[in-house]
Amino acid sequence: MAWDRNQMAARAAKELQDGWYVNLGIGIPTLVSNYIPEGIEVTLQSENGMLGMGPFPTEENLDPDLINAGKQTITELPQTSYFDSAQSFGMIRGGKIAMAILGAMEVSENGDLANWMIPGKLVKGMGGAMDLVAGVGRVVVVMDHTNKHGESKVLKNCTLPLTGKAVIDRIITNLGVLDVVEGGLKIVETAEGVTSEELIRSTEATIVSP
Amino acid sequence: MKKIFNSAEDALSGILKDGMFIAAGGFGLCGIPELLLAAIKSSGTKELIFASNNAGVDDFGIGILLQTRQVKKMISSYVGENAEFMRQYLSGELELEFNPQGTLAERMRAGGSGIPAFYTKTGVGTIIAEGKEHKNFDGETYIMEKSLVADLSIVKAWKADETGNLVFRKTARNFNPPAAMCGKICVAEVEEIVPTGSLDPDLIHLPGIYVHRIIKGHHEKRIEQRTIREV
Repeated sequence: MAWDRNQMAARAAKELQDGWYVNLGIGIPTLVSNYIPEGIEVTLQSENGMLGMGPFPTEENLDPDLINAGKQTITELPQTSYFDSAQSFGMIRGGKIAMAILGAMEVSENGDLANWMIPGKLVKGMGGAMDLVAGVGRVVVVMDHTNKHGESKVLKNCTLPLTGKAVIDRIITNLGVLDVVEGGLKIVETAEGVTSEELIRSTEATIVSP
Repeated sequence: MKKIFNSAEDALSGILKDGMFIAAGGFGLCGIPELLLAAIKSSGTKELIFASNNAGVDDFGIGILLQTRQVKKMISSYVGENAEFMRQYLSGELELEFNPQGTLAERMRAGGSGIPAFYTKTGVGTIIAEGKEHKNFDGETYIMEKSLVADLSIVKAWKADETGNLVFRKTARNFNPPAAMCGKICVAEVEEIVPTGSLDPDLIHLPGIYVHRIIKGHHEKRIEQRTIREV
């Protein structure tokens, strides 16, 4: 057994702290907003120019002028503010955003992240990911531990072009939670029904003994 | 000096030139200058260089200028929604310069603010940093990014007054203010032109000093990812 997408998102939500301003990436990270713990108030930033992102709209309050960074229609909240892209990335680069939770294609044991390009295959662009990993206080990655061939995506060195070098603090996968520490990755916890041995077997990166 | 023009074609007359560098506002299809892009298409101007966060979709936004091969080069952060873009890029017909989104916004803001370059941590240790000056400040490595000054800026706002003061609406603001700032000439398209004095001066998002020509028109405002809450 391992965590599914929603369980990974629920585990990532435990990283949130009261009063934080947070940026959630596209994919599983977006699901994190469904699991914000009781009593914790966080403000979600959308890097296209919004703080205080609300839930998806109903048919009645759909607004083409109100979208998130994934270009999905969303809603505003009483505390919402809007600003332009230069100010949005000013607050990201300026370290005002406490944490970003992002997806990944590959990660490495020294905290490198690759999530924007597969040469010759997928050329979509980095969007705001490079700015986020360079600027926010804490970078948490949520990803599947292995690819569809069962090969580890938690590597000694990334093979894909990097989004950021030595930028990751914590990695949450379907098999467990790992921290980037001196000399490699440290197991913080394993997913329900997953042993440390199983997690280590699926990991190419160096695991540092606790 | 009168800033209000009757149509997008009028507002662009005498400005458009083959090979010119245009900065465009918008994020995805939200807040894009759709009327001015349509007028550029019908003008037939070609070899254009665009700084724009995205490249539209195949049949809307900058995508309509890709169909007619009017674009030579794009400076963008994300182009994943445009199949024709991908085809032209992979076949070598179109040049592409990827910029991290915040770097692109700041290059525009800086260009309009008299700042020729700035240092940022964004992209250090990635292919974005290759060939750029690296500099150490207080033990941290930064790369130098040069600002952008465009021949023309095209932006979309919600409201303008007759002097070009602009107000944007919700997340349709996005790249529009920095794009407007970095152009030698800025043309803005709006949904409504209100009499001078009717906007609250404290609530103006972009002062009219950055805006040279204004047109009013009807906007399609196409939605890219229509997402509805499950009830």
